[in-house]
Amino acid sequence: MSTSTTPTTPQGKVADFLDERLSISKAIKSNISKVFPDHWSFMLGEVALYSFIILLLSGTYLTLFFKPSMVEVIYNGPYVPLKGVKMSEAFASTLHISFDVRGGLLMRQIHHWAALFFIGAMSIHMFRVFFTGAFRKPRELNWVIGTVLVLLGIVEGFMGYSLPDDLLSGTGLRITQGIIAAVPVVGTYVSFGLFGGEFPGHDVVARFYTLHILLIPGLILALVGAHLMMVWYQKHTQWPGPGRTEGNVVGYRLFPVYTAKAGGFFFVVLGITTLISALVSINPVWMFGPYTPDQVSAGSQPDWYMGFLDGAVRVMPNWEINALGHTLSLNLIVPALVLPGIMTTLLGLYPWIEAWATGDRREHHLLDRPRNAPVRTALGVMSISFYLMLWISGANDIIAQTFRLSINQITVALRVLLFVVPPLMFMLTKRWCLSLQRRDREKVLHGHETGRILRLPHGEFVEIHAPLSLEEQAEILGKMDVAPMALPAATDANGVAQPAAWKARMQAKLSQWFYGANVSLPTRAELLEAQSHFEHADALEVEATNRHRTYEAVGGVLLAPTEDGSSRH
Amino acid sequence: MANISGSSRRRPYAGAVLLLAALTTTGAAYAVTTSAIVSPKSAAASAEQIELGKRLFTEGCSSCHGLAGQGGSSGPSLIGVGAAAVDFQVGTGRMPMAQADTQAMRKPPVYNQEQIDALAAYVASFGAGPGVPDPSQYDFSNANVARGGEIYRLNCSQCHNYAGKGGALSDGKYAPSVMKATPKQIYEAMITGPQGMPVFSDAQIPAKDKQDIIAYIDYLQNAPDPGGAALGRLGPVTETVFMFTAAIGAVIAVTIWIGAKSR
Repeated sequence: MSTSTTPTTPQGKVADFLDERLSISKAIKSNISKVFPDHWSFMLGEVALYSFIILLLSGTYLTLFFKPSMVEVIYNGPYVPLKGVKMSEAFASTLHISFDVRGGLLMRQIHHWAALFFIGAMSIHMFRVFFTGAFRKPRELNWVIGTVLVLLGIVEGFMGYSLPDDLLSGTGLRITQGIIAAVPVVGTYVSFGLFGGEFPGHDVVARFYTLHILLIPGLILALVGAHLMMVWYQKHTQWPGPGRTEGNVVGYRLFPVYTAKAGGFFFVVLGITTLISALVSINPVWMFGPYTPDQVSAGSQPDWYMGFLDGAVRVMPNWEINALGHTLSLNLIVPALVLPGIMTTLLGLYPWIEAWATGDRREHHLLDRPRNAPVRTALGVMSISFYLMLWISGANDIIAQTFRLSINQITVALRVLLFVVPPLMFMLTKRWCLSLQRRDREKVLHGHETGRILRLPHGEFVEIHAPLSLEEQAEILGKMDVAPMALPAATDANGVAQPAAWKARMQAKLSQWFYGANVSLPTRAELLEAQSHFEHADALEVEATNRHRTYEAVGGVLLAPTEDGSSRH
Repeated sequence: MANISGSSRRRPYAGAVLLLAALTTTGAAYAVTTSAIVSPKSAAASAEQIELGKRLFTEGCSSCHGLAGQGGSSGPSLIGVGAAAVDFQVGTGRMPMAQADTQAMRKPPVYNQEQIDALAAYVASFGAGPGVPDPSQYDFSNANVARGGEIYRLNCSQCHNYAGKGGALSDGKYAPSVMKATPKQIYEAMITGPQGMPVFSDAQIPAKDKQDIIAYIDYLQNAPDPGGAALGRLGPVTETVFMFTAAIGAVIAVTIWIGAKSR
């Protein structure tokens, strides 16, 4: 078989046919052998990718029946509570998909749930990358691509749920139009351009449709490709562990392990999405009714990824500047334009901000455990809590209604909490991380508590500690000990003040803030001492066990230990 | 008055007489028109019924609304609210209130229908107001549910939510859910404007349209959810909570399961 050059099996013949024409065997051979590290959290990005594939497939089905037109029609379909009602063709075709097209409602719900899932999975994947420090050099550019992907996902989602032209999405579109019009100088022009005249006009659904099914998914697809190629080329990061270094990747090969795992996982994600879509209603547009600008429903909220913006607008005080015949609507500009601008800029630039603050410009292929970078972890939790406060603000009326509270008081409370909770979360998380670091150090030096109490010959009770496994030790000792930068001297060697050193001083202070509180790892001497301690404890336990055995051997008669450790009756 | 050719010929009292005549005419016309909305039931209230109503009112209502229904610091005047308002407020259990609050909540009624009728008749005797509607007024068997939906979305959904689930108003006030409201109560609410709700008179929403609205609310109360569990019909907030707990939770559980094998 090994000497034969012509394949005999059918698979072999197909492979041979392709290879003779495409010469791909070498490329495939090297690529399917690529090694990836294994951890559950590395699969979160996959969820986003699979959701996107589900979106492409279900979206294609919907395009077969959806009519992106705002031409007014009179509904005459099977849904009686809207029979004879004037609506746009877009809304009527959405009803048609929901009530007439076979599998249409399920597809709509799959598409909508998958969209929520897509952006949710991207966000959680982003949390994973952030909290493990996987964005550090050389992966900063991939972090930026990821940030852009999240933003594109949000825009894509917003345009998507605006397409049915129902009362809820129309209300959201109206708010968006208000935000656009609030942009100084160009706002009204942009608004008129986008809507083809006064809101709502007759164009926006068709325009959003083109962007939603063509431009933005194309951009997302291209960037997902770039994102994955960079992961391929730069190799995946891995957790510290036995045998894992900055210079290798320990894991399984793409084929067969990951091909099976990833392929199976796609169907799990598809299955969960379909199951949820079959059981749980989402965006019942027939209940909202068609959009007309003179109608609105109580409890109008956007989909989750737009909720923070809605919340920001809701908690913003009603500030306006009226001067020279113009109105500057700070009540919209600040929460809906300035705030998200700052948030996304900080997010996209974070790898460089951290590198600058810590002075750490080395390459990193081993991940940080979140506890080992307390300030980064705390910053992340702080940001998430800030975002959550904004999102909760967007649900203020639902909270008021559900818990019978005053919406005014909730809004005032959230204005305060928005600035109080995040710093609190920062402090709490940082302390929590440092405590975990101390516990890690303790564990390396003293081992696990076993719950077994040993009485020593002289009457002392000690608890037996079991040494950590190799994996556990490697995990803890894989932490990078970074010494914070030292403060530069205020004066130079000649005693002359160095005012220009303020930048270095600031950086050093930032570095000390970032790393200063870290609990240092045990030294080699300490580890060796711990090792001998364990051996000593082992010896004690062996002795105790032997004594126990003696006790059993003599038929359960109590053996009192003597001074010298031997037993007598 | 045929010889009036100039202002100098007019008697000095003519203006006052004219004004008096106009006011009398308007007043009489108003009395005639408003008496139309007082239902025959309250007009035909027996002295016996009013006597029972008075006793119940003195016991259960007068501490806030005053012995003569004139109102006080803790309750509004009931003069002219009419029998429909009483039937709605007491019939939905909102009155008597359990405690002083921003708004009275719907709860099981304290009085039975006979007592409510008596209270309504007594309160209606304070002054003319909308009477308890006749079943024919809120009968929606021939109503147009789709038209009702349109009128509902235009006039009601901004407070009561697209699905009638209610919504928050300012300072702890709220538009209640209409999921338990009976056709009669919906009609009464529209003509009396209880608590924070405006009055929707027949001039604003004709009786026929009111029946359409009732038909739509009846649809909302019984509507199936073809998409599956509706998550309270509260829109994207509950969808988000579900997504991040159940759905993402399930996916993460699977990732941990797949990832666990290798460790």
